[in-house]
Amino acid sequence: MSDKTGASRRSLLTALGASGAAAVGLSFAGGLTGCSPKEAAKPASGSEEPKLNFYNWDTYIGPSTLADYKKASGVDVSMSLFATNDELFAKLKAGNPGFDVIVPSNEFVTRMSQSGMLMPLDHAKIPNIKNIDPTFLNPEFDPGRKFSMPYTWLVLGIGYRKSKVKAVPDSWKYLFDSDQYKGRIALLSESADLMRLSAKYKGHSVNNIPPEMIAQLEAMLIKQKPFIKAFHDDNGQDMLLAGDVDLVLEYNGDIAQIMQEDPDIGFVVPKEGSLINSDTLCIPVGAPRPNNAHAFINYLLDAQAGSEITKEILYPTPNAAAKALMPDSYRNNPVIFPPAAIMAKCEYGAFEGAEKSRLFEEAITRVRAA
Amino acid sequence: MEQSWNRAKAIFATVLGPPLAWLLLFFLIPLTIVWVYSFGTNVGLTEIAFTGTFSNYARAVEPLYVGIFLKSVGVAGLTTLLCLIVGFPVALAITFAPDRLKAWLILLVMLPFWTNLLIRTYALIAVLRTEGYVNLSLGWLWTHASGLMTMVGLSPLTRFEPLELLHNNFAVVFGLVYVHLPFMVLPLYSALDRLDRSLLEASLDLGAGHVRTMMMVVVPLALPGIASGILITFIPALGAYLTPDLLGGPDSQMIANIIERQFKRANDWPFGAALSFLLMYMTFIAIALQAMLAKRKTEAGS
Repeated sequence: MSDKTGASRRSLLTALGASGAAAVGLSFAGGLTGCSPKEAAKPASGSEEPKLNFYNWDTYIGPSTLADYKKASGVDVSMSLFATNDELFAKLKAGNPGFDVIVPSNEFVTRMSQSGMLMPLDHAKIPNIKNIDPTFLNPEFDPGRKFSMPYTWLVLGIGYRKSKVKAVPDSWKYLFDSDQYKGRIALLSESADLMRLSAKYKGHSVNNIPPEMIAQLEAMLIKQKPFIKAFHDDNGQDMLLAGDVDLVLEYNGDIAQIMQEDPDIGFVVPKEGSLINSDTLCIPVGAPRPNNAHAFINYLLDAQAGSEITKEILYPTPNAAAKALMPDSYRNNPVIFPPAAIMAKCEYGAFEGAEKSRLFEEAITRVRAA
Repeated sequence: MEQSWNRAKAIFATVLGPPLAWLLLFFLIPLTIVWVYSFGTNVGLTEIAFTGTFSNYARAVEPLYVGIFLKSVGVAGLTTLLCLIVGFPVALAITFAPDRLKAWLILLVMLPFWTNLLIRTYALIAVLRTEGYVNLSLGWLWTHASGLMTMVGLSPLTRFEPLELLHNNFAVVFGLVYVHLPFMVLPLYSALDRLDRSLLEASLDLGAGHVRTMMMVVVPLALPGIASGILITFIPALGAYLTPDLLGGPDSQMIANIIERQFKRANDWPFGAALSFLLMYMTFIAIALQAMLAKRKTEAGS
């Protein structure tokens, strides 16, 4: 018992050390953590101090994952949060402020690796790569998984309130080209996603959208705008849950989370197909502790650790070993794992250069100003 | 004489030095960098080359963005006007309140500042949303009124339709007025509080009514306070970003939201910098106008 309190006090001390180091500067960290004899005795991997800065999305880790990892390895993970890939990109654009592991999505893996912002991964240091479903090992956005390890994947679809819709809204038409649910629709305010899904609705691929089609899609969305209640910043599930809207463009994982609270919520991937995203674990160039970063990524890909995370966040996992440890209610959940026939029509959005992003952005600015 | 001037200079330097250094390091230099960005072009995804181009400004004055600027000015102007209409009576009431109440009333005006803007805005969402407190209360009253009417033999009311209070331009203006009201009330109060009460008594004694006294004596005397209140309400309202983002509907974007998107989603820092500086020039113009008005007023006074 006394040992336990001692341990918790020590962890408090190291936690204080961590926050002190964050505020004062990293050079301080060695001195403060040095107070704890247990940790001084345990050598960290390589000659790196037992610390790690993890830059992650909100609600995207298991409740005890970081504590378990500290118990297993002695490494203190301090996690900061970002809300969008753009925020992550903007923060790292001017130089890495000290992050060791980041979680960019597929398109941004391409962007960042093209700009030399990611460190190539040493697969020998990540043996748990064997747990990954082989279909995720050679994606177009990162051939051969040179820079990224898959953490989750997710698909955009329509979250809806069952009691307020006439039938399952299984087409993008209800969001982009119909007044049936006017004033009850919220769309994600990601310009590229909106343009790509509109193109998908029109029967085009989500990639290689020609400029004249962008104008056409823009006109369709301007026509649809009076029926749209709001553009949301990936908090569409809250708006749906609170009854602000009945139809929302959201990710399956977000809707799966609120379906546990409210049985009146449904989710469908429209029949035209959709956009798949994959969030990945990467090490940014200039990471102060690359060895710890590899070890941490390896830990997150562990079957047990992975299933603990998945139980909390309910996103589809590319980790086959972790999935095997999950209950049936997860593995056979059609929201988390939509039917294979629909998934076959879904595509990854590819990064097509800054000019294309600018065209998408300006089109949506015009839609919103119209 | 010379020695004391020198000594004073040393004191001046020590007192002024740190804030000036602070201003230079953390305000002027970063601002200059952004200003330089506004004449640059994106090279690849992470580099910005300074090319001295005006293309960012040319793009910023395209009708699309001018329209959004104008809309922002309109929203900020309406916000300022509403703040003035609501804030003036409040400031006047505080001025005429008993002395021991005054401090408490001022505290009440400032109380919202103790909470973060983000939290206040989320609180407004909870109040205004379709199943928020306003609509729930109205719905409760509605059903009970309806029940009452059935009891006295009248036909019941139709089903309660919740008011659309959130995610539209109304919500944005409402939120902006709510947030900026203290900025208006405090300068108004400080101007009104300095007012010589005997002038009001003289005006009333000489036969002017209350309204006439207000318009011809109080308002002209409080004009400097009104002008500074308008200015410090209008400027932050013009650059409002959080409120239109969280409370607004599909067409409620203001210029600050566009700027934010350039720095994040669009990854177009040069264009975002150009838009920022246009916004800043507009602020300077507003300040210059206020200074000109104040100057004309003192000249007329003397």
